[in-house]
Parts: sequence; C-alpha cells; structure tokens
Amino acid sequence: MAANHAVVSLEEVHKTYHTGEVEVRAVRGVSLGIARGEFVAIMGSSGSGKSTLMNLLGCLDRPTSGRYLLDGEDVSGLDRDQLADIRNQKLGFVFQSFNLLPRTSALENIELPLLYGRQRLTSAELEEKARKVLATVGLAGREDHHPSQLSGGQQQRVAIARALINDPEVILADEPTGNLDSRTSAEIMGIFQQLNDRGITIVMVTHEADIATCAKRNILMRDGTVQSDEPVAHRFLAQSNQT
Amino acid sequence: MRFESSFKIAGRALRRNKMRSVLTALGIIIGVGAVIAMVSIGNGAKAQVEQQIASLGENVILIFSGSVTSSGIRTGWGSAGTLKIEDADAIRREVPGVTAVSDEVVSTSQVSAGNQNWFTRIYGESPEYFDIRQWPLSDGAIFTPQDVRSANKVCVIGRTTATQVFGSESPVGQVLRIKGVPFLVTGVLTPKGLSPQGTDQDDIVIMPYTSAMKRVIGGTTLRGINVQVSSPNDLAPAQQQITELLRQRHNIRPGRDDDFTVRNQEEIAEAATSTSRVMTLLLGAIASVSLVVGGIGIMNIMLVSVTERTREIGVRLAVGAHGRDILTQFLIEAVTLSSIGGIIGIVVGLTASQLLSALAHWPTLISISSIVVAFLFSAAVGIFFGFYPAREAARLDPIEALRYE
Repeated sequence: MAANHAVVSLEEVHKTYHTGEVEVRAVRGVSLGIARGEFVAIMGSSGSGKSTLMNLLGCLDRPTSGRYLLDGEDVSGLDRDQLADIRNQKLGFVFQSFNLLPRTSALENIELPLLYGRQRLTSAELEEKARKVLATVGLAGREDHHPSQLSGGQQQRVAIARALINDPEVILADEPTGNLDSRTSAEIMGIFQQLNDRGITIVMVTHEADIATCAKRNILMRDGTVQSDEPVAHRFLAQSNQT
Repeated sequence: MRFESSFKIAGRALRRNKMRSVLTALGIIIGVGAVIAMVSIGNGAKAQVEQQIASLGENVILIFSGSVTSSGIRTGWGSAGTLKIEDADAIRREVPGVTAVSDEVVSTSQVSAGNQNWFTRIYGESPEYFDIRQWPLSDGAIFTPQDVRSANKVCVIGRTTATQVFGSESPVGQVLRIKGVPFLVTGVLTPKGLSPQGTDQDDIVIMPYTSAMKRVIGGTTLRGINVQVSSPNDLAPAQQQITELLRQRHNIRPGRDDDFTVRNQEEIAEAATSTSRVMTLLLGAIASVSLVVGGIGIMNIMLVSVTERTREIGVRLAVGAHGRDILTQFLIEAVTLSSIGGIIGIVVGLTASQLLSALAHWPTLISISSIVVAFLFSAAVGIFFGFYPAREAARLDPIEALRYE
C-alpha cells in the first residue's frame, strides 16, 4: 500500500492501558493505510480493539508506540491542544448516540466545530455555512428544530452535517447505525455512500455485517491485531432518498 | 482568540437553562441587594449622628466640673461643683485662640404661663452660648451682657417649650413663671431637633447664668463651661492650656486627678460615630454572608451542570475545543450569572434602601463605593466559585466524557 498517498497511515501502532495492576494491550502492532476516497468498515467483536483503534484514528488518544500519519503529518506525539486542533480541522465524528447538544437547534449544533476553529466567523456566516451543510443531508427546513423534535435518523443526519462542516479529511463513524432501525440505517448508509462518492474518506466501526457491506473495504480486528483486510466483494448500495 | 466564541457559547448554555440560571442568580441578587441596603442603613445612621454632632457647634471644647474618676470614686460629669465663674473668666482672659466662653448651670423645673405648665430643662448661659452652638433665634432677641451682670429675669425658650406653654401664641414679650419667679421671654430659638443622645434639644429654657444661679437654682458653682476656639488646629493646644490653667487654679498637685473634665468636640464625635461605624461594619458583614452563600449556590449549580453536561463537554472536546475553551466557557457562565445577579442586586438594594427610608423613615445613605464594591465582589464570587467546577470540566478526558451515561 502506498503510504505517501494515504490520508491515514498507521505504522506498528500499539496501545496499552494500565488499569491498576492489570495491563491491557488493546492494540498490538497495527499497520494500516487508508487512501483518500476510501470507505472502510472496521469490524470485530467487543474487546477486539476496534474502539481503541477508532479512538487512535480520531486523535482522541495517543498510541503507546508506533507512528500515526494523518494527511502526511505525524500526530502521534502531539499534545492535547494540538490534537484538538487536528480533530477540528481534519476529522469529523459521527457517534452511535448522535451526541447532539440538547435544547439546542439543529443549526447551532452544526455550528459547534466552527466555534472552535481557526477562522473567526460572524454569526451570519456561521448560520450560512450551517444551513448549506444541513441541506446536503436533506434536512433543509429543520434548522430550528431541537434534537427532541427530530427522529433518530434525522438526529444522525444533523450529526453528520456537524461532522462535515469543517470539510474534514476523514469522517470517523462509531457504530453510526447502532441506535437506528434497519430502514433508517439504510438511509444513513445511503448518505455515507453519497458523501463517499463525492470523494470524502469514511472510516466506520460496526459490528453489523450487512452495514459493513455498504463500505468498500472491511477490516476485521481480533485481539488487538488486524485479522483480515479485504475489499467488499458484493457491495450493498443503500437506497437513497436524498433530494 | 477564542474569547468571543466562549461568550457566545456560554450565553447559549445559560439560555438553555433559563429557570436554573434565574434561580442561581437569585442567590447573588439577594446577597448584593442585602449588602447595599444594609450598608446604606449603616451609613445613613452614621451621617445622622455626624449631623447631630455638628449641631453642637464648631470647634467647641466642653469643660465639666468633676472628674470621671475622682479619688477613685466614679462620679458623673458636672456632678461636683468645682468650677467657678472665676475659672471661666480666667479662660476667657488667659487662653489664646479662645473666641467665646459660656458659663453653664443646668437644672430642671416646672414652668408655667397662664393656665399652662410644663416640666423642662433650665440652662443658665452667657450670651455667647448662642454663637458657640450656632443656634439662632426664630423670633425676638437674646439676652444681653447687661442682663447677665444684673441677673435680670429674662429668658429665651426652645420651640418645644414655647408650643407646650404658649400654644400657638407668640411667646415673645410674655411672662413665663419659673419656680414662681416671673421671667420675660425675649426670644424663641429655631428648632434643632434631637441630640446625639436622643433628647429633645428644643425642650429648653435658656437664661443668663447669673439669673439662674441667683433666682432659680441657687449655689455658686458652674456645672460646666462651653468654650469655642477660632480653628480646629487650636482645639488640642487650647484643651491642653485649659487643663493646666484649671489645675493651677484648683491647686491640684502633680500626680493627682483633675477635678474637672475637658472634652473637645472631635472626641465626642469620635465616640458617637464609632458606634455607627461598627454597626455599618456588622450589617455589611452579615449581608456579605448571604453573598458568599449565593456564591456557593453558583458553585453547586456549576458542579451539577458540569456533571450533567459531561457528554456535551466530550462532544466539544471531540470537535476541537481546547481544555482552556471549556474552562473559559464555564467561567464565563459563572461570572455572567453572578454579574447579572450583581446588577439586578444593585437595583434591588437601591430600591430596598429607598423603601426603608420612605416607609420606615430610616435614614439611609447610598454610597457609590458600596455599589462598585458589591458589583466587583459579585463578579469575583463568580470567578472564585466558578473556577473549581470549570477546571473539573476542562480536565475531562474526551473519550471518558463521550462514554459518560
């Protein structure tokens, strides 16, 4: 795999936790490259190290050893604030439980990453950007709705819009369909596929095999190592109700 | 660079929990309001006392016969008749800087005119007394030095006595009987109100001290001597010289106690205002307690808020907030709450103080400094009590925070 063209590149990455006396080697030497425009699903049973790997990829955590190049930049030695800036500029997060701010409108939720960004935007510019992104996930007209007024699928779309607002290099989705029924799951996967078609790199953790088939490449984790890494043979193209 | 964003974020967070924000701010509102109202009451009382002290006259030295402790026996001021008319004359003659001296004898007596009678205080004084006490007449004239020399049966009366004895009639030119002796009323004093001790200063009859000694009270000694000096700088030296002069005249050997007491007006004022200063301090301190309690309320709510919003903090950290951003956000929330509470509290305090003076007729005095201090203190309370919760929030680990249920 050509590491130079890779947007994500892990080299012999280890992550060891110390909980009291016990040493947990969650990730044991993973080397991985993800090229721009890929759609990767990471699978594995609980305890396989896939969540830890996701945290490492998301710059929420630092590897104990090994190198992590994100968009050509070594991020394995950065401090807390530098990692926060990387997350802000280069990554977009989609969570299983949506993690929208309660009692806050869809627009304000989407604006959130912009508030911590490098650019200083006026309120009008913030709103303008947020409106555009909300429209790309098909929720134009729901700008002022609060999360409690939106269905699960709609909430996840708002979360996706939030992940997109800073034009990230990679979108990291942690069980994005875990809290959704199968029909809504398909809708969300449809959105992901569309974004991927536009060239956005997506890395997704899931334990559902059928969701994984929506991606282009599947990585199976087991005991902290990559057990298999292969392209999806029969890709499921989720129907899309995008406008 | 992110400061304005932090304001925006904090503002949104506070608006999201309107009721809670209002209730939290209420603690500060009450605290600041109480401080301002209490301090204004204390200051008002102090100002009133100062005004009463000023009514004694300017640059006044009071000499009382008898000492507070005389030969180990504590007696009241003016009790032992040790001062003589000659002492007053000597002071008039020999102490530099003295502009006026009034010999004083005091008694109480029944007075009557027509079918009205009244029990009042009788003061025997010199004509200078009215200058010393800056006490002009509202009607008529004061008695003259000639009246003093001849011990004439004339007197000047206070407003209260005039009303009680003569009703609405003008007393000037009328006869007032004191212990059966008829006195001609030559003038009526302007009202002076209550003394620092709370007695009605207008319930009085003032006559030449010679007349009082000869015709009403009897005896040859003075209760006291009122002395006025030309400037405040003369107070201390004059006081010193009066003491030396009187000791010499009374043949008091060194090491023995004075048989008289000399007090200047500043000492009297000091004693009277120190009480109200302590009261102001005490009221302020009690009110400050409620401000501190309000601050603890803020801390409590902020801690609850940090716990409750752990996930929110996790999301913010995940999308790129620095620990410092979270810290500023929560600090700004706390300070906004306390400052808004402070501003409303100032309004409440001012209103309360106005109401107290209007409805309860308490003297209140609002000082700008107490407003400024109360406001700054409320903001400081926000920073102080907001810092700990804010730091807790800023230190959260994003992974843990996102996983928090």
